[in-house]
Amino acid sequence: MLGRTANGLYWMFRYIERAENSARLIDAGLRMSLTRSQATEDDWDGVLQSSGVRDIYDDLYEKLSAADAIDFLLRDKSNPSSVMSCIDSGRNNARMVRTALTRETWEATNECWLDLKNVLARRIKAADLPEVIDGIKRKTGLIRGAFHGTMLRNEIFNFSRIGTFIERADNTARILDVKYYVLLPAVSQVGSSIDNVQWESILRSVSAHRSYGWVYEAEYKPSHIADFLILNGRMPRSLAYCYEKIVSNLGYLAREYGERHAAHATAEETLTSLRNHSIKDVMDQGLHEYIENFISHNNRLGQEISDGYRFY
Amino acid sequence: MMNADNSPRQPYTTYNDWYASQDKARLIAKSKEAENIFRKTGITFAVYGHADSSEKLIPFDLIPRIISGREWRKLAQGIEQRVIALNAFLDDIYHKQEIIKAGRIPRELIERNEAFLPQMIGFRPPGGVYTHIVGTDIVRTGEDQFYVLEDNARTPSGVSYMLENRETMMQMFPELFHQNRVRPVENYPYLLRHSLASLAPPGCEGKPRVAVLTPGIYNSAYYEHAFLADMMGVELVEGSDLRVIDGRVKMRTTRGYEAIDVLYRRVDDDYLDPLTFKPESALGIPGIMDVYRAGNITIANAPGTGICDDKAIYSYMPEIVEFYTGRKALLENVPTWRCSEPDSLKYVLENLSDLVVKEVHGSGGYGMLVGPTASKKEHAVFAEKLKARPANYIAQPTLSLSTVPILVNKGIAPRHVDLRPYVLVSDKVQIIPGGLTRVALKAGSLVVNSSQGGGTKDTWVLED
Repeated sequence: MLGRTANGLYWMFRYIERAENSARLIDAGLRMSLTRSQATEDDWDGVLQSSGVRDIYDDLYEKLSAADAIDFLLRDKSNPSSVMSCIDSGRNNARMVRTALTRETWEATNECWLDLKNVLARRIKAADLPEVIDGIKRKTGLIRGAFHGTMLRNEIFNFSRIGTFIERADNTARILDVKYYVLLPAVSQVGSSIDNVQWESILRSVSAHRSYGWVYEAEYKPSHIADFLILNGRMPRSLAYCYEKIVSNLGYLAREYGERHAAHATAEETLTSLRNHSIKDVMDQGLHEYIENFISHNNRLGQEISDGYRFY
Repeated sequence: MMNADNSPRQPYTTYNDWYASQDKARLIAKSKEAENIFRKTGITFAVYGHADSSEKLIPFDLIPRIISGREWRKLAQGIEQRVIALNAFLDDIYHKQEIIKAGRIPRELIERNEAFLPQMIGFRPPGGVYTHIVGTDIVRTGEDQFYVLEDNARTPSGVSYMLENRETMMQMFPELFHQNRVRPVENYPYLLRHSLASLAPPGCEGKPRVAVLTPGIYNSAYYEHAFLADMMGVELVEGSDLRVIDGRVKMRTTRGYEAIDVLYRRVDDDYLDPLTFKPESALGIPGIMDVYRAGNITIANAPGTGICDDKAIYSYMPEIVEFYTGRKALLENVPTWRCSEPDSLKYVLENLSDLVVKEVHGSGGYGMLVGPTASKKEHAVFAEKLKARPANYIAQPTLSLSTVPILVNKGIAPRHVDLRPYVLVSDKVQIIPGGLTRVALKAGSLVVNSSQGGGTKDTWVLED
């Protein structure tokens, strides 16, 4: 496979994953402003930070407002992580690697782009937001469905999956990084309504508020939430789950090519650490430091994959 | 479609019965459905200079254009003769230049031509083939009457539309293909791959590695490049994927660099090699021309073939065909006035309102004057252009092109069409039975170019 094709697949799936994550973050932000007795701009500050685009927002807008933040996260082309930008970039990458995709996967991607281009052509009215966000999740879901249902499990599949999970791990880690203080045992006062809203918002931004209830019997506790998002191997957006997938997909590539790269060691090391630590270890080490360290390792892994497989 | 007495022409009889039995509202609905299929699949082309409408659909008309087997055979013979002559002409102008020595073509027309590449002088591509893929644009003016409008020997495009149009028709109206014996076009990618592979460099060991070179996703024909690579089962590469290593052109793969034997390039000559041609080109591969001249890669079509697309050269095609094949050309050229010649220029200026005037290097229907429909003012402006640079123009009479029916809201209506059959050249010449029929969707219009409101339709050649 061409290095450029591997690169295109990797980024196609990173962008589609990111589009979905951006939609989810808006969803969580909306929910928070609905639950609060008084809506606060700080909530949107957190959302913008989780998305890593607070700086760009400040360059464009004088002050923070819910309506502007939503528009910025949803449709603004100058925001590379806006849903529309991500779908554009994802689809451009898909066009580039078209010959590597099944017809179904390509068409689902193209249709997603055609629809969202249409829906997001104008500013969205507050009343229409929930439907628009649902539409985004549904359309990206269709891409994933077509991909899983029709693609051969070969190197094409592996590079696509690696892109998905590097992006997802980065996203979950960023959400934790922005809200880490809410999860510190010392600061939190269990049961206060403010914290409940904050915790729920964290879970919501990874679509995990329902599954959390099943696993931890609906008891909101910072260490449980951190455990769920970092170490729980059954939770599809946790760091541990993402790394199980990354390591196994890299493993297939190593076997097929008969060659290992720096990326393999880096990914395995991270996975081992996620498997062998308890949430207490993580908290003792310092949640903030742990997450920061993770994000930088995750970035390095992306670079090592790009180098090892000659993306450029 | 119709004879003078208003009965359907012979190849259309079966179709005509079917059409009469169809519910017209359903056909209109099918037509919308076809458009959706095209949009969903991403069968689009880009129009340069339109930022917001960067991807357009070419309108598809669902009434096929039907050609009898007998008419096709005659046409195919003419095309084969012409393509053989084009290859012989290219070989000659880059070697002994007999045709110039014989005084049939002025030397300056060849050697001062922008599309003439001095780098090709004395070099013979593998198998002696210059134009691996040719698209010959043809118009029909009456029964058995065909004219060649132009030759596309550089990089003819549109073949993906020929294939997708057929695919769409077979999906929507399978019964038509039971009722009519339509010759297949769908094996084109297979034939193309084999034709290309058979012209791999002599030193190539094992199965030749073929790749399609595209300028990238922003090119107007990107869809076609990806489609052909996909259908042939070969890599679609960009210049940035390729590098010259140890005297071979190699592509960067996830496992390292791997050599390519045959490159079907959809990049213009000028951009192919920044070391030889445009130094600022980011699309090309530095050093590929050295590899080519050393005989270690086949480039299809060969660099320097674009000279055949020149409209001044076109005007000499009857002489060229006769010179190399020893026979009169089977297919007629449209009579052409070369404005570089004073007498012709005088005639053209006096008769502008009856003529079509084109730039010699032009394509896509741009920069031309359609005399009969242009305004007085446009005539005046064009006359000045002609006087300023006469050698840049040729003029042709407007032909009374035959029409074929298209589906409009009120039923069917006649429109002018042309036809581009696709020809593959290796040790043999293969002409795909059919081709791309382009149709001027505006009533009365003669301009079929997709960039200017033209559409396409499926083209049937019947077995008989």
